[in-house]
Amino acid sequence: MHFVKRVIFMAPLLLGISFLAFGLVRVAPGGPFDRDRKPASPEIERNLRAKYHLDEPLLKQYLRFLGIGFDRDAGGRRHWFAGGVIRGDFGPSLKYRNHSVADIIRQGLPVSITLGALAFAFALGVGIPVGAWTAVKHRRWPDHLGSLAAVLAVSIPGFVVGPLLVMVFAIHWRWFPVALWESPAHAVLPAVTLGIYFAGKVARLMREGMLGTLQAEFITTARAKGASETAVVLRHAFPLAVLPVVSYAGPLLADLLTGSFVVENIFQIPGIGVFMVNSSLNRDYPMVVGLVLLYAALLLVMNLAVDLVYSRLDPRVRYE
Amino acid sequence: MSEHPHPLPATPGASPEPDAAAQPSLDLRPASAVRSPGQKAWDRFQKNRLALGAGVFLIGALALVLVWPAISPYQPEALSDAQFQPPGANHWFGTDLHGRDLLARVFSGARVSLLVGAVGAGVSLFIGVLWGAAAGYLGGRWDSLLMRTVDVLYSLPSIIFVIVLITTLEGLLKNWLKQAIGIELGDSVRLFLLFAGLGAVSWLTMARIVRGQVLSLRARAFVEASRGLGASHARILLRHILPNVFGVVLAYLTLTVPTVVLYESFLSYLGLGIQPPQASLGSLIAEGAGLINPIRIYWWLIVFPGAFLTALLLALNLFGDGLRDAWDPRSKP
Repeated sequence: MHFVKRVIFMAPLLLGISFLAFGLVRVAPGGPFDRDRKPASPEIERNLRAKYHLDEPLLKQYLRFLGIGFDRDAGGRRHWFAGGVIRGDFGPSLKYRNHSVADIIRQGLPVSITLGALAFAFALGVGIPVGAWTAVKHRRWPDHLGSLAAVLAVSIPGFVVGPLLVMVFAIHWRWFPVALWESPAHAVLPAVTLGIYFAGKVARLMREGMLGTLQAEFITTARAKGASETAVVLRHAFPLAVLPVVSYAGPLLADLLTGSFVVENIFQIPGIGVFMVNSSLNRDYPMVVGLVLLYAALLLVMNLAVDLVYSRLDPRVRYE
Repeated sequence: MSEHPHPLPATPGASPEPDAAAQPSLDLRPASAVRSPGQKAWDRFQKNRLALGAGVFLIGALALVLVWPAISPYQPEALSDAQFQPPGANHWFGTDLHGRDLLARVFSGARVSLLVGAVGAGVSLFIGVLWGAAAGYLGGRWDSLLMRTVDVLYSLPSIIFVIVLITTLEGLLKNWLKQAIGIELGDSVRLFLLFAGLGAVSWLTMARIVRGQVLSLRARAFVEASRGLGASHARILLRHILPNVFGVVLAYLTLTVPTVVLYESFLSYLGLGIQPPQASLGSLIAEGAGLINPIRIYWWLIVFPGAFLTALLLALNLFGDGLRDAWDPRSKP
C-alpha cells in the first residue's frame, strides 16, 4: 500500500519539478537564438520565436509543453495541442532545430546508461569489498591503507583522473584507445574515471556500516554459537551493514545513468551528460526541462527501489 | 557544551583536587577537570594523528599560498617567451602555453579555490542552519513545507540550477552596476557570483542534518525546562538548541569545504567560474587537459595543479573526518 501510494504521488511531484525547471530557465537572461549565428533581422527572430511559441504567455507555453490545452483558429474553433509531454513528446530542441528533444535523448541515453552502469558496477565491485575488508581489519594496516585509498579516491576530481589515465594508459603505454565510443576497450578508461570517486564513497559508507554492525549484539550471539568469522561477516553482518550503501546507491545510479559532462567531454562520448550543461548554457528550454524530468523521474524510481530493497534486507523496516 | 570552537585542554596537574588520587579510577586526569563535550572532542581529535597532520598541512599550504606572491620572482599573469618549459631550476613547475610560471599560477589558483570554498561553505552554513533549525523547531506544517522544498531542490540536477543562478545574477548585477555606479563587471563580481551559486546548492544536506538534530533536541528536558521558565522562542533556539548543534555542524562544515572547492573547480573547468587570465585550480587543469595530444605530453600542466588540488582536498577531507569522529559521541577515544 505504501509503495502504491508513492507511485501515485510521483505524478504531481514530477509536475511540480517540471514547472520549477520551466520557470527557472526562463528567469535566466538571454534566449535560445542569441548564441549561434545571429538571425539576419529582428523580423526573422520574431518569426522564429513565433514558430516555437516563445511569444505566448509563459503559462500557456507551459501548458503547451505538457500538451494540455488548445488553440483557437480564426473561426473560434478549438484545436488541441498536437504534442506535449503527456504524449511522450518533449518538443523540438531550440538549438538543434532538426531534432526533437525526445530524439536526442533516445540517441544519447543508451550510451550514457551503458557507461553509467559500468561505472556503477565498478564503484560497487571495488567499494563494497574494500569497505568490508577495512572494517573487518579495523585499526590494522589493511584498514589504514584501504581507508586512505578511499579518501584519496573521493579527493581526486574526475577531470584530473581522466587526463592522467589518458596520458599514462592511452598515450604512453597504448593499452587503451584515447577517446571515442566504439569497442568494449573504449569503455574501460571512461568507466574507471567516472566510477573511482563513487568507489571511494561506497567504500567509506560500507566500512562505517560494517563497523557499526559488527558491534551489535546479534553478532556476538552468532559468534557465541560458533559461527565462523567468514559466516559472521558475510551471512549475519553484511545484509545490515550494506544498508548505507543501498540508500546511497539509488541517487547515485540516477546520477550515473544520466551521464557525466566531464567524462563525456574528455573521452568524446556521445551521451546526454554534455547536453545537461550545454542545454542550460544555450537556453534550450525544452531540452533543459526534458532532461530535468528524466533525471527527476529516475531519481524518484531509484529512491523507491532503494526502499523496496531496504525492507527486504532489514527485517525491522516495515512500510504500512 | 562549550561555546568555544577549540577549547584548550586543561593542562594535567594544573589544579588537582586533593582526593583525585584516592579515586580507584584508572583515569589519570585531574578530577577537577569536568570536561565539556567540546574539550572531550578536542582530546579525541588530538589522538588522531592523520587528521592533525592534515590540519598542519592545511595551515602550511595556506601560509605558503598567501606569502608566495611576495617572494615569487614571477607574477601569475606575466607572459614570457619561455613557452612549455618543463619543470627545472628556473620554473619549478614549468611554464604554460603563454610562458607563464606554473608555480605562481597554481598558488594563485589555490588562493582563489580556497577562498571560494570557505565563503561558499559559509553561505551554505548560513542558509542550511537557518532553514533546518526553522523546520525542526517550528515542526508540523512548516516543517513539511520547508523540507519538501529541500526534497524538490534535491531532485533538480544541481548543475542546471547553478548555471541558471549564476547567469541570472550576472545579468542583474551587470545592469545594476552600470546604472547605479556606472562601472563594468569586474573579476571580484565573478567571485561573488561563484560564492552565491555554490552556497545556494550546497546547503541542502546541511539543512537536513540540522533539522534532524533540532528535532531531537526540541523534545529534550532542558528545552522543556527553559520553556517552562518562560524563555522566548528566540532565546530557546539561540541559547539552548543551536549551541548543541554546533559540533555536528562544525564537523559537517569542514566536509562541505572540499565539496565546494571541488564544485568550484568543476565550474571553472567548464569555463563558468574564474575567467582568464585569472586562474583557479580547476581552470588550470582544464587548460592542461585541453593541451593533451599524442605527439607531445605536457604532463606538468595537469600533474601539478591536479596534485595540488588533490592534496588540498585530501587534507580537508581527513581533517573533516577527524573532526566528525571527535564530535561523534559514538566514537570511542
